[in-house]
Amino acid sequence: MADRHLAPDTPELRARWGMFAWTKPNAKMARAIIARYPPGRQRSAVMPLLDLAQRQVGADTNTQGWLPIPVMEFVARELDMPAIRVVEVASFYTMYNLVPVGRFHVQVCGTTPCMLRGSDDIMAACKARGMAKGGVSADGLWTLTEVECMGNCASAPMVQINDDNYEDLTPERLDAVLDALAKGKTPKPGTQQPGRHTIEPIGAPTNLAAMVSANYDYRGEW
Amino acid sequence: MVEEPSCSLTFLYGRSQMLADRDRIFTNLYGYQPWNLKAAQKRGDWDNTAALLARGPAAIIDEIKASALRGRGGAGFPTGMKWSFMPKEPREDRPSFLVINADESEPGSCKDREIIRHDPHKLIEGALVAGFAMRARAAYIYIRGEYIREAETLFAAVQEAYDAGLIGKNACKSGYDFDVFVHRGAGAYICGEETAMLESLEGKKGQPRLKPPFPAGAGLYGCPTTVNNVESIAVAPTILRRGAAWFASFGREGNKGTKLFQISGHVERPCVVEEAMSIPFRELIEKHCGGIRGGWDNLLAVIPGGSSVPLVPAAEIMDAPMDFDGLKAVGSGLGTAAVIVMDKSTDIVRAIARLSHFYMHESCGQCTPCREGTGWMYRVMERLRTGDADVSEIDMLQQVTKQVEGHTICALGDAAAWPIQGLIKHFRPEIERRIFERAGDVREAAE
Repeated sequence: MADRHLAPDTPELRARWGMFAWTKPNAKMARAIIARYPPGRQRSAVMPLLDLAQRQVGADTNTQGWLPIPVMEFVARELDMPAIRVVEVASFYTMYNLVPVGRFHVQVCGTTPCMLRGSDDIMAACKARGMAKGGVSADGLWTLTEVECMGNCASAPMVQINDDNYEDLTPERLDAVLDALAKGKTPKPGTQQPGRHTIEPIGAPTNLAAMVSANYDYRGEW
Repeated sequence: MVEEPSCSLTFLYGRSQMLADRDRIFTNLYGYQPWNLKAAQKRGDWDNTAALLARGPAAIIDEIKASALRGRGGAGFPTGMKWSFMPKEPREDRPSFLVINADESEPGSCKDREIIRHDPHKLIEGALVAGFAMRARAAYIYIRGEYIREAETLFAAVQEAYDAGLIGKNACKSGYDFDVFVHRGAGAYICGEETAMLESLEGKKGQPRLKPPFPAGAGLYGCPTTVNNVESIAVAPTILRRGAAWFASFGREGNKGTKLFQISGHVERPCVVEEAMSIPFRELIEKHCGGIRGGWDNLLAVIPGGSSVPLVPAAEIMDAPMDFDGLKAVGSGLGTAAVIVMDKSTDIVRAIARLSHFYMHESCGQCTPCREGTGWMYRVMERLRTGDADVSEIDMLQQVTKQVEGHTICALGDAAAWPIQGLIKHFRPEIERRIFERAGDVREAAE
């Protein structure tokens, strides 16, 4: 099991987050989320609402957000469920940050398929830039985490930074992405390998060549 | 020296020509074309779906049964039969649900992501067809939390389908009401286990339930539920359109159809590709991946079905047919057809130790053998990696994996045990060499 701990419940934390409430757009979004589940089953919405709350905290703090205890209690009230059940969920699923993170959450995949393609070098490149696993860098920009398989194995190695994936990395390509982010730019997500589109075999197409240039309809050949 | 495959293989394993593009189901697999409804319809999705539904639930299930489609999530259970377990006349107060497993987290697996971000309408149409066949009221698509952009695409595609009247009230003007909801996970491999997924959907920790009751009897909210993999559902409409005989014309007996293979690791060109089942490993790699890095003589071992299946040494995998039975015959399994290729530069003990770390990280903590065992196995694997161990510990590790295997509620314990068992079975001399070398170094240093 992942080693995860809640941030201490202090008076300062209460003072900062005790009054947490949805922004207007998020309140609307929360209602739409709850409507996805049958009446009386609103508890099913706890995961999407925690995600929404984490994103709102992130917007408030110009980071990727996290879940202070008072925010979890707020979600519990919204869904009419005991706070401990919300805490259980928040601590079980690794995408909920239980402590503050930086503006960019750099999640390096280190599982075997990425490892075989050089994720050690990617992790080393992150550390060489002063990032340390688990913490927030001194400038408040970077949090580094080694994560388990992200499902980008055919374009490994990869990192997920905030909501985007950067695939087919080398240390140089990663540096280019991180430099761009630090300057406030938006680097192109997806594969960073020149000439590759997504997860096709690079080079001349081995299959589905007709699809490259046109939305081909194969039904005529059935 | 590597022998060329004999021509009898072609005879044994059926057609060996490359799958023709016209027979590929996921024609936009690589995302060269837009995923949106208009583009998907031009490729043939949502083409008179009402006519498919008009055949009636029983006929749809019979067609899927006849196609011999086996579940694409790893276990390979016959899909049509699974659907037939659902109640024929759901009670008003106990509706049936279809839950689609898009919690793709098995190391090596990256196929559902491509379906969702490049061909989401195949999945949504499949959800309607499958849901109708099992008389479900709604489908919940549980997508793993890390697929953030993919989930955005899926939400948008579902909205498109609602706006066009394809799902929702009177879906496709068929008179059938069917909703499709998307639910995002938040980073827990275990939620790919079907009952853990139901727990998670109900807003709890994703800890698997004891079976029975099976989900078809009491699943989501205690109602009859079927959990299917994304790929199993997304291929259903095409099977219905082209007929069971077409689908069953690919692959060997008991291993029919086309399949998305995901090849990662030490090949020249890693990729995801749809191919006929039972394609020999060598052919798959030569045709689509540009061969093994450094040539076939440089191949060390392959994990052919995602991290949960045992590895297979080079000599045994080279000409094995890539299907359920062919890989079982070499002591492994097809799993999700996530093929992890390792050449001779690989630190094989570390490669498996890293998988042990994965299972330690992902154990839900419910059953003691798994919660304690995965951590223990990882720590021993780490010592074997550096040789800081006694030779007798190899057997002890083997015994412990046997005590974890089969003694937990779900299969995560088994999945953690099998890669280690495969390593010990095939690479014991390598583990011993490290122990002896290190012991020698220590002795030398002492002298």
